Amino acid sequence: MNNGERDIVIRTHGLTRKFGAATAVDHIDLHVRRGEVYGFLGPNGSGKSTTIRLLCGLLLPTSGDIQVLGLNIPAQAEALKKRMGYMTQKFSLYDDLSVGENLIFVANIHGLANTHARRRVDELLELYWLRELREQLAGTLSGGQRQRVALAAAVLHKPELLFLDEPTSAVDPQSRRDFWDSLFALTEQGTTLLVSTHYMDEAERCHRLAILDRGRLVADGSPRELMDNLPGPVLLVECATPRAAQQVLHNAPGVLAAAQIGASLRVLTTASDTDANNTSDNIERISQQLRAANIDAKVAAIQPNLEDVFVVATRKGASSERPS
Amino acid sequence: MRASLLRLYAIVLKELRQLHRDRLSFAMIVGMPVIQLLLFGFAINLDVRNLDAALLDNAQTNNSRELVAQIGQAQVFNFRYQVATETELNALLRAGRINAALVIPGDFERRLSQPNEPVVQLIVDGSDQSVQGAARQLASLQITALLRERRTPALVGQVSLANYFNPERRAPLNTVPGLIGVILTMTMVMFTAIALVREREHGNLEFLITTPLSPLELALGKVIPFIGIGLIQTTLILLMGYFIFDVPVHGSLFALFIAALLYIFASLALGIFISTAVQTQFQAMQLSFFTFLPQILLSGFMFPFAGMPKPAQWLAEIFPLTHFIRLVRGIMLRSASFGDLWIEFVALLAFAVAMLGVAVMRFHKRLD
Repeated sequence: MNNGERDIVIRTHGLTRKFGAATAVDHIDLHVRRGEVYGFLGPNGSGKSTTIRLLCGLLLPTSGDIQVLGLNIPAQAEALKKRMGYMTQKFSLYDDLSVGENLIFVANIHGLANTHARRRVDELLELYWLRELREQLAGTLSGGQRQRVALAAAVLHKPELLFLDEPTSAVDPQSRRDFWDSLFALTEQGTTLLVSTHYMDEAERCHRLAILDRGRLVADGSPRELMDNLPGPVLLVECATPRAAQQVLHNAPGVLAAAQIGASLRVLTTASDTDANNTSDNIERISQQLRAANIDAKVAAIQPNLEDVFVVATRKGASSERPS
Repeated sequence: MRASLLRLYAIVLKELRQLHRDRLSFAMIVGMPVIQLLLFGFAINLDVRNLDAALLDNAQTNNSRELVAQIGQAQVFNFRYQVATETELNALLRAGRINAALVIPGDFERRLSQPNEPVVQLIVDGSDQSVQGAARQLASLQITALLRERRTPALVGQVSLANYFNPERRAPLNTVPGLIGVILTMTMVMFTAIALVREREHGNLEFLITTPLSPLELALGKVIPFIGIGLIQTTLILLMGYFIFDVPVHGSLFALFIAALLYIFASLALGIFISTAVQTQFQAMQLSFFTFLPQILLSGFMFPFAGMPKPAQWLAEIFPLTHFIRLVRGIMLRSASFGDLWIEFVALLAFAVAMLGVAVMRFHKRLD
């Protein structure tokens, strides 16, 4: 992974796309390395799909540079199309064709004829547990089955780079796990994956990820790095009246966010003034604030997760946007 | 090249499969031409007959009654009303109860002996163009023929009418060939007009444009299956025309099918062009209909081409239906050959290629 330049498969600089007055993608700089699963994490409307479409050459950037697999996009988009796969958010195969017919169609489109096409399709049907569904019309499949067909179609021509736009949004948890196993199997063969999602557990599986918020890249790195780089510790507050405690901590100094999780509160804090041991400082400060409001609470540090990162990152974006 | 043909084949096969599964569309491919031909073939009769008419006979003489009887025999007018005053007659006309009225003046007998005076007045409903034409024809032919014996000296011109190609003046002979064009227009343009939009609405296009598929391959792949369907429809109409309406093909069947092929291609290309200009299937249908009426009205199918003002003629020269109507009438009824009508073939081909070219240029593999 250290071969530096050669191993970067996606590189953008200042990538911006406007739709009229709205800026969907705002000066995004990306570096995606070969063989990794790179995640786009962000709420709806954060620019995930638009960014993926820009990278495929389906949309023209308003400004900024894009290089994908060493090709300049959008100028060399046609050359890219032979080497990339794209799994759209919405099922984009034909509902009125069977699974087998759809895949043979895609094989022909990619230049595989007759026995070559059939052999590759057989292979994929086997790989993605679709053999029994071969004759079934795609329109009658379940969400999970559709995803597998769509994935099979997207990787049929063995692309080096695969874009997946919210691939599991209509899929049950078990199918999602299976689906991710399939994705990791692809990376083992050297395929680079760019996956957009709004599920934290999916984002956590990525090698690296970018958090997008209102078209801007607000944080990026490996999930571990992102969690380690939180501004302060994450605390769990257990008390009899979590709603009241939330009221107290909302907008309290040193508190970034307080969210109720069941009977407890998950509190994201900022770094304390004394750098030395800020976890205990923060625990102390939160406890005091709650005591002052006559709430008896047990406060303890817990492992941060990606959701914490997401909340902090998107909050930062919001506050910097607020007019001063 | 090989890969390109393979992609074209893939699209054609896919279209045929989808069409085959879509029972309703499949039924319409056969049902529409059959029903339309039966409907229009029997209904459209540009020979006007049995017009509801009123009679105002102020003369009431033997001659006047004979005149009415003779006009009645021609079956153009059906004198349903006998009125006594012009007021009554005008009321009937205004209400649309009658299309025409015959007024015999009180001094009918005197007028008969005057060579230069009109003897009777025929009032027609001018708001209906075909009635107007038919009545005018009657006024010049029937009545003068009748009066030839009574009137001296006869003013009747010695014009004899020879009707080439359709001596019995049978309507289907005029309508059926044109109907091939009209029916093909209605089905072909629509098929491809919604083709690309449907793929866009279903999300298929977003996948297709990320593959090496080219716009030309996609457009041709959508057109080719429907060329086959258009030719099946043409065959069906010709067979029905022959067996039901007794409309023969005097000229070369091969030339006729080449003309149909070019016309189908031109209509499909127009549809593909429409498809690249719209965002929804509804818009596609609206725009298709927008092209139907001018084509049908200005092509010479309904009204004589020569009678239209020059700018309308120039406009009509652009429409593929205009050229097809000339071709199909020429080949079917006048035994015209390729050599006689080559320019019409070229015009159709030029239209098709231009439309397809513009459509392919307009269709870029992007979403914006």
